[in-house]
Amino acid sequence: MTYPVILTIVLMPVVLLGLATVLTWVERRLLGLWQDRHGPDRVGPGGMLQAVADGTKILFKQDWVPPFADRGVFVAAPAIGMMAVLLSFAVIPVTAHAGIAGDMNVGLLFILGMMGVGVYAVVLAGWSSNSKYALLGGMRAAAQMISYEVFMGLSLLGVVMMTGSFSLRDIVAAQAGLWFIVPQCLGFGVFMLAGIAETHRLPFDLPEGENELGAGFHTEYSGMKFGMFFIAEYAGIVLVSCLVTTLYLGGWRGPWLPAGVWFALKTCGVVVFFILLRASLPRPRYDQLMALGWKVLLPLSLFNVMATGTILMLRASL
Amino acid sequence: MLDTLRTLFLTALHAFHRRATVRYPEQKPYLPPRYRGRIILSRDPDGAERCVACSLCAVACPVDCISLQKTEADGRWYPEYFRINFSRCIFCGLCEEACPTYAIQLTPDFEMGEYARSSLVYEKEDLLISGTGKYPDYSFYAVAGIPVPGKARGMAERERPPVDLHSLLP
Amino acid sequence: MHALALLAAGITVMGAIMVITRRVAVHAVLYLVVTLLALSVVLVMLGASFAAMLEVIIYAGAIMVLFIFVIMMLNLGQPDSQREKEWLRPRAWLGPGVLAAIVCMELLYCASPLSGPARLPVPITAHDVGLSLFGRYVLMVELVSFLLLAGLVTAFHIGRHREGGH
Repeated sequence: MTYPVILTIVLMPVVLLGLATVLTWVERRLLGLWQDRHGPDRVGPGGMLQAVADGTKILFKQDWVPPFADRGVFVAAPAIGMMAVLLSFAVIPVTAHAGIAGDMNVGLLFILGMMGVGVYAVVLAGWSSNSKYALLGGMRAAAQMISYEVFMGLSLLGVVMMTGSFSLRDIVAAQAGLWFIVPQCLGFGVFMLAGIAETHRLPFDLPEGENELGAGFHTEYSGMKFGMFFIAEYAGIVLVSCLVTTLYLGGWRGPWLPAGVWFALKTCGVVVFFILLRASLPRPRYDQLMALGWKVLLPLSLFNVMATGTILMLRASL
Repeated sequence: MLDTLRTLFLTALHAFHRRATVRYPEQKPYLPPRYRGRIILSRDPDGAERCVACSLCAVACPVDCISLQKTEADGRWYPEYFRINFSRCIFCGLCEEACPTYAIQLTPDFEMGEYARSSLVYEKEDLLISGTGKYPDYSFYAVAGIPVPGKARGMAERERPPVDLHSLLP
Repeated sequence: MHALALLAAGITVMGAIMVITRRVAVHAVLYLVVTLLALSVVLVMLGASFAAMLEVIIYAGAIMVLFIFVIMMLNLGQPDSQREKEWLRPRAWLGPGVLAAIVCMELLYCASPLSGPARLPVPITAHDVGLSLFGRYVLMVELVSFLLLAGLVTAFHIGRHREGGH
């Protein structure tokens, strides 16, 4: 453990939590822009301090545990969600040298595993709330996230096959000539959709579904426990955007500008695209979501794996 | 798929459209004169109260937020008190339609937030304005056939002088 | 490194004991998840990071979530925790407990000759796993795939919509 790595470990959560908090404001301003509104623009220059105001408010709200809830699990659920997302960032290579464990030889699998653990936050929140809307949200979340984890893993296999490594830094290094978005365009599409479903973001926010389930799995949550779900969701968006950047958009690679700036720019672009999706698309029905997953995305990702494998074999034999 | 991409593109184009909303406290939106906002009681062109306490507005009110009591002075009817509970009022405008004297009118003012619910109960002195509202020339007693001080029977507009019944005798 | 592995192993054992003794089914499953996560730490210490990650993804991330999903669907309540309480009498767990203790001691006795100075394990990569799966153990892989196919067909048969009522 060298000194810069320890410093990164200390700094990364701080930066990430700040980023996720600011992202709540960015999202609302962008949604306003695309819906011909102004959005929050009162607190500070252009409303930039809105996130601070919201955070202060939510910190001072009553933190209430319903008497019918399973107390221990109820308290643990938001912590699990936050922890899983923050741990995933450990293996993201920001540049060729920055980052905590970008060289981890199973980095990609680690992220998939942490996403799998992150499912517990939603499911346990739904179960421990002991209320029907929360339970329905939790069940939806369990089915949706387990299903889309499958397609996410399969869509990543193409990238892994072309690189020959699970290490995220190796994957970026392998994109020196051509970004993987070109040869892996199918995998890219499947990964984007699975990423949205995995972070249960709009338009795939069925576990929350506020017009039919109240607020879904976090119906009974208040105060900072709700805030943790909220921040974890936005940190999840940043995580998926970082992954898309790393896996398909060449990571820190780019001309003229320093590597870290390129990484940040690409990630911001993907985040903005996610917000654009939220601004424009309606939420599908639950069976439509499942049908899309198992009947479209699964065959597509399997085809992608087969095609990539075949081409790689042919190229190796030539 | 293509539809979805087209939707995304069109939504992104909205970034360059004009904002439909206004920045409210600094920039007030235009409200037409017939906007149904805060209720007022208007006066005649000569400054007397128009309301004749007929209670038609209270009857018409679907949420029963108007209450008033009639009193008389010099042959004219007045409300002794006139009370509107704005915490109940739904600003439907039925009272304005029911009013035979154009006394009760709705105005394009809606900024009447209060911290205490009881502050939303408006009494007659809160409701009365000094002007005529939307009907500047109308005066109920000038067209009505009721004698009031300064206007004897038969002196109203388009009213013939009263017929002396004794002159009809053969 | 050694202490870390011992700590993880201890958490594994503790978690396993908690799994058996919990009365609320979801709590038991949660302890099982803790056990599996600690087990994956042990695997990483042994150099099998690929297997450890698969353990987290498949067991902790998918199968346990399905367990919880089923428990949520069944919605076990108060009577069940009462029944669990009855099952946890010494009369019920004493026999299996003694047998398990004997097996544990045998295991410790067998493993004691293996203990020696701690050495860094050789990392097992995905490459090695793939080679052994499709080289030495290809027959096992094929048999397992038969089993999975049978399971898949059964699930399809049970879940199929029947025309004209049940």
